[in-house]
Amino acid sequence: MDPRRLPRTVTDPKVRHVGFFAPVGPPDESMSSPPRQTTLSPPVAGYSLSPVMIPPPRHLSSDNAPLSPLIAADSFLPVGSYNPSEFSSPSATEDFSEDNFSKDTGWVLNENSGKAALKQNTHAASGLTPVITNEGPPMEAQKEQPPASSKPKKEKTTKSERRALQEAQRTAKAAANAGGSKKSAAASAVVNSANANTKKVAKAPPRKKDSSSVAASEKKGGDRQTDKDRKKDIPHPRMQFDDEDQVEKAKKRSVVKQTESRNRVELFRHLPQYEHGTQLLDLESKFFQLDTVHPAIYAVGLRFLTGDISGGNARCIAMLQAFQESIKDYFTPMEKELTRDLPTKINGYVSFLIQCRPLSISMGNAINFLKHKIPELPSTMSESEAKASLLSDIDRFINEKIILAEKVIARHAVTKIRDGDVLLIHGSSSVVEMIFLCAQELGKQFRVVIVDSRPKLEGRMLLRRLLGKGISCTYTHLNAISYIMHEVTRVFLGASSVLSNGTVYSRVGNASVAMVAHQFHVPVLVCCEAYKFHKRVQLDSICFNELGDPDDIARVSGKEDIKYLNDWASIQNLQLLNLIYDATPSDYISMIITEYGMIPPTSVPVIVQEYGEHLLI
Amino acid sequence: MPEVNSLVNEFLIKLKKRKIEGSKATAKLTAEVLRSFISQKRLPHTNQADALIEAVKAVGEELIDANPVELAVGNIVRRVLHIIREEDLSLTTAAVGGLSLSAESDNEDDVDQDDHPALSATAVAAAARSTLRPPSLQTLLEDMPHSTAVPQTSSSGGDSEGKSKSADKNLKTRKLKHNVIEAVNELIQDISTCHELIAEQAVEHIHQNEVILTLGSSRTVTEFLCAAKEKKRSFRVFVAEGAPRYQGHALAKELAARGLQTTIITDSAVFAMISRVNMVIVGAHAVMANGGVIAPVGMNMVALAAQRHAVPFVVLAGVHKLCPLYPHNPEVLLNELKSPSELLDFGEFSDCLDFGCRSGSPLLHVVNPAFDYVPPNLVSLFITDTGGHNPSYMYRLLADYYSADDLVVRRRSAS
Repeated sequence: MDPRRLPRTVTDPKVRHVGFFAPVGPPDESMSSPPRQTTLSPPVAGYSLSPVMIPPPRHLSSDNAPLSPLIAADSFLPVGSYNPSEFSSPSATEDFSEDNFSKDTGWVLNENSGKAALKQNTHAASGLTPVITNEGPPMEAQKEQPPASSKPKKEKTTKSERRALQEAQRTAKAAANAGGSKKSAAASAVVNSANANTKKVAKAPPRKKDSSSVAASEKKGGDRQTDKDRKKDIPHPRMQFDDEDQVEKAKKRSVVKQTESRNRVELFRHLPQYEHGTQLLDLESKFFQLDTVHPAIYAVGLRFLTGDISGGNARCIAMLQAFQESIKDYFTPMEKELTRDLPTKINGYVSFLIQCRPLSISMGNAINFLKHKIPELPSTMSESEAKASLLSDIDRFINEKIILAEKVIARHAVTKIRDGDVLLIHGSSSVVEMIFLCAQELGKQFRVVIVDSRPKLEGRMLLRRLLGKGISCTYTHLNAISYIMHEVTRVFLGASSVLSNGTVYSRVGNASVAMVAHQFHVPVLVCCEAYKFHKRVQLDSICFNELGDPDDIARVSGKEDIKYLNDWASIQNLQLLNLIYDATPSDYISMIITEYGMIPPTSVPVIVQEYGEHLLI
Repeated sequence: MPEVNSLVNEFLIKLKKRKIEGSKATAKLTAEVLRSFISQKRLPHTNQADALIEAVKAVGEELIDANPVELAVGNIVRRVLHIIREEDLSLTTAAVGGLSLSAESDNEDDVDQDDHPALSATAVAAAARSTLRPPSLQTLLEDMPHSTAVPQTSSSGGDSEGKSKSADKNLKTRKLKHNVIEAVNELIQDISTCHELIAEQAVEHIHQNEVILTLGSSRTVTEFLCAAKEKKRSFRVFVAEGAPRYQGHALAKELAARGLQTTIITDSAVFAMISRVNMVIVGAHAVMANGGVIAPVGMNMVALAAQRHAVPFVVLAGVHKLCPLYPHNPEVLLNELKSPSELLDFGEFSDCLDFGCRSGSPLLHVVNPAFDYVPPNLVSLFITDTGGHNPSYMYRLLADYYSADDLVVRRRSAS
């Protein structure tokens, strides 16, 4: 426990707050609408894949120029930390969940757009300024006004008073919202939701996103709709491959011919287990038949399939860039609308990509982001404008949620590295690598232990890159983890996704590393961008996972003498299981470092809830 | 004598070069070398046992030094020493005859575990001598001077005194050697049959539809699982491949060939799969007196994962793997770092191993330990050829096999 509470080496205590701020003063309408935003986003816009839930279009200001986060990241970013007290403030909750989300605003600002409007005079010279140039006041504006000043006041108001205030605000917003949604009922698909929306607004205050905290008050109203909505909040069930009907249907749709592998692992019937190696040839031969798939998507799909692109961020960026290409070449067919036709196109691409390799959770989030953006395009917008807007949205997503987020995380994490530290990493993670490089640039004295595991042996690539930068490394394999852990002082892990029960879903083996580190009382720091957070929960690594090519296990690279398994497929009782991911229980994790700050794993649901999945992206 | 020396030397070189793998093979070879050494050894007429013990200690010291990590060598040396002491005692007591028969007490039952039920008369003296064995009140009273004079190293002196008293001992010159060799033969027999004895217990531990996880490869585990299979149990086995040697591949192939449902998983997937496993069954390299296990690398990770999910962690170990020593810092002191070439190809990173520039020390270190230490609290059960035992009972089990005087196999002159 001690290591978590290490004194931070931040020089200026004032600049600690990046993530969550208690807003100054009670939130009111003027606050929650910063100058550039004229429409309020409907609070109903819960997360779901179904089009019914898509919020009515807003007046867009998203066509502004792409931001320049890179510049921002290079200047110094304040080091953030998690401040639990801020979560307890109900008005903060209000602010995050109901405050309209400025789509063109970087995530960095969302939380304080309201505050910023209040005190535009306090534009402290902070490194973030470039990010927010388009937006307005920089996020550090509240530096001079510590949240503490507002807190006592809040605590004085009673719970019922606060609730009354909230209700009042909500109804006010809903009214404004209803007007907005009527005005802009764009596509017929959205009409239903819009209607439902207005009806509901007339009857009762709309559902608050943060449903749990207001559940009681809503039950009082006997709002049937709320329950229904909440059900939709539950993540969509995934395809189960032991359901034969579903599999048959999927096969009919599929472009890629997939033969089920022969020695399937019984325990993983519910996951796709196909012969690897055959798909590539099949796909290549079908290149000219697959006219529905854009060539850029096709290329990316093939590279996913061959493992050419791997790593959560790299795959996500590649996919989004392919989407950009396809959107550039997209023309709305006659008698169709872009807002309706493009999503179906993209759905087709997505299912193609899924056939190449199952998407990671982070990629799912990115796709959701895109799907949320398309219906929001106003019908009045011309096609080229709409396309430009989408392209810039994707650019912004890549820059802010992935590239800039990585840099911010590195900045945060570097403060946890002290001179003389021995840092352990398992496998390869782009964020963690960046942290090491960042620490090296800052002149910290440290050593890296790279623990590698079969079959990917990604650690070797990382080892080469780190050695190239002159970082002293120790290389070993996963089984030696108990031996090497004696000398380690910090464990840094990347993550494929962080689930809302605090489970970290990541490269297989990370759970073992975290477990041994926990046993040796070495702090485990998980570095993960917030766009990888997901509402799902998972307890084990079996219910959902991805299976790699079993042949990778049979072959031991660099060891030709180990060839017992060359003919494994012909041995009847033998199966090879190549798990790709595993789930690390939250109690092994000391801290999760996101761009919002450093949080304990128990606070993951808070991030997911407060920032909401559509607000996150 | 020369051919014995060459035999010993050959064995020494093999040990030093790590040509012999596996504790069983090492144990067997050690016993065979010691047997031929004893049979060739010319003994003086007086103080035979002492001379023999000294000679065996001298050889044993060399053997242990040749590969200090292979604890089986030391174990066998200590067992042979113990055998010599027992045989010597039995001869002495037989000579003294009726005198010591009166001292025969209820300790007899304990002795039956010694595989020498015929020599029950020796038991009394042995019991009194062993510091680990609680002596009866009678023996305590009678042997008061003896048992106080027994601390660690100097007991053989006490024995020899008693022995020299027996006048007709010279007549039994051959008898001692013969008995010792006989007993060593028995020991070799034990080592080679321990698999079967352990495997016989398999059905008691494996039930229908069980899911078992194992790591790496061990002859004992293979036999154990196959024995259960032959008794018509159907169960599934997960085999972790066991980097860096990947012996799990061979094990899995063999198990599958014998009709077991076998699934190979990577070592990294152990934590993911352990929640669906009913029992972990592994082999060991050595079992220490505190119940800790020296096992192939990676085992501690598996044991921790098993503990997390409350999965029983069962260790199979032949008696030759039981080591009477208590470990201190075993992760380092009882470990061996293998060649980095098992992890990285030679030359793969040679461009990074540049001693010339920078501070003179290479940036890259490759760590490839051979063993892991599993602390006793992670082990649920030991299955040896004498049955199942708790880790906390190990110290007591050892008392049957080793004499407390031999724990330090060093000649007094050397120490």
